[in-house]
Amino acid sequence: MPAIKSLEELKRVREEALHKKQMKAAAGNVQVIVAMGTCGIAAGARDTMKSVLNFIEKNNLSGVTVTQTGCMGMCEQEPILQVVIGEGAKVVYGKVNTEIAEQIMKQHVQNGTPVKDYVLPI
Amino acid sequence: MREISLHLLDIAENSVAAQSHRVCIEVHENLQSDLLTASVTDDGRGMNEETAKQVLDPFYTTRTTRKVGLGIPLLKLAAEMAEGGLSLVTESGKGTKVEAVFRHSHIDRMPLGDLAVTFLTLLVSYPHIHWVFIYQITDRDGQNSNFNFDDVELKAALGDMSMTEPDILRFVRGIFEEGIQSLAHQTVN
Repeated sequence: MPAIKSLEELKRVREEALHKKQMKAAAGNVQVIVAMGTCGIAAGARDTMKSVLNFIEKNNLSGVTVTQTGCMGMCEQEPILQVVIGEGAKVVYGKVNTEIAEQIMKQHVQNGTPVKDYVLPI
Repeated sequence: MREISLHLLDIAENSVAAQSHRVCIEVHENLQSDLLTASVTDDGRGMNEETAKQVLDPFYTTRTTRKVGLGIPLLKLAAEMAEGGLSLVTESGKGTKVEAVFRHSHIDRMPLGDLAVTFLTLLVSYPHIHWVFIYQITDRDGQNSNFNFDDVELKAALGDMSMTEPDILRFVRGIFEEGIQSLAHQTVN
């Protein structure tokens, strides 16, 4: 196991990330929440999650917190994804496949404009 | 559910909901005994005997309490379809272990699927939980190879740095993908 070597590398990566984060901190915190109840997972929520994480990686998007929630009682709308920017209101999206997740990440999380077509009226 | 790794993600969600501090996911592909064993062990609040019996019943779930759900019955069915079964060991206040066994070569045994994404999803979404992931393969000659991941060292090195920072995410994803893929090709032969 090259565990030690990896950890050395991780420390280096962390230092670099810390530096970048300090530069981006002004943008405010964004929270992306994926519903991962049995219904969500069966409907493809893990792929939605993967798409969100891929976007962050590919676009070097700093300051995004990704979390999960359970079944929200709207199983027919799964996969459900929520976006909260700073102190703003929660925006809930339904039937979020990998493509829509990418669109939400780009338009809403990165540029601050909700993707109206997929917002659930709650 | 189309993959065993999706079931594991689902069962692990129960562990998180049960206020666990430490959750261990273990997958063992044993080609010598032709068994695939997958388990989730937690130190959460556990269940009393009565509840433990009820969670195997898909119609038990009451939305208001929602202790478990369809998850366990679905996994049980998947295991039974592949000549296996599900066991549930739990003690109130101590924790729960859910284990599913499948006949590895069974035609109806669902694929293991993307274990790396399941691990990454859990680790990143629930940083307050101590995650342990074990993936073991025993080949036909009885030779073992392992991928063992315990997040303690990683978290100590990260400090308060979020795992969803792009560079960190790339690093952690790399650990899982490389670690699992280097083992997984062995099951093909």
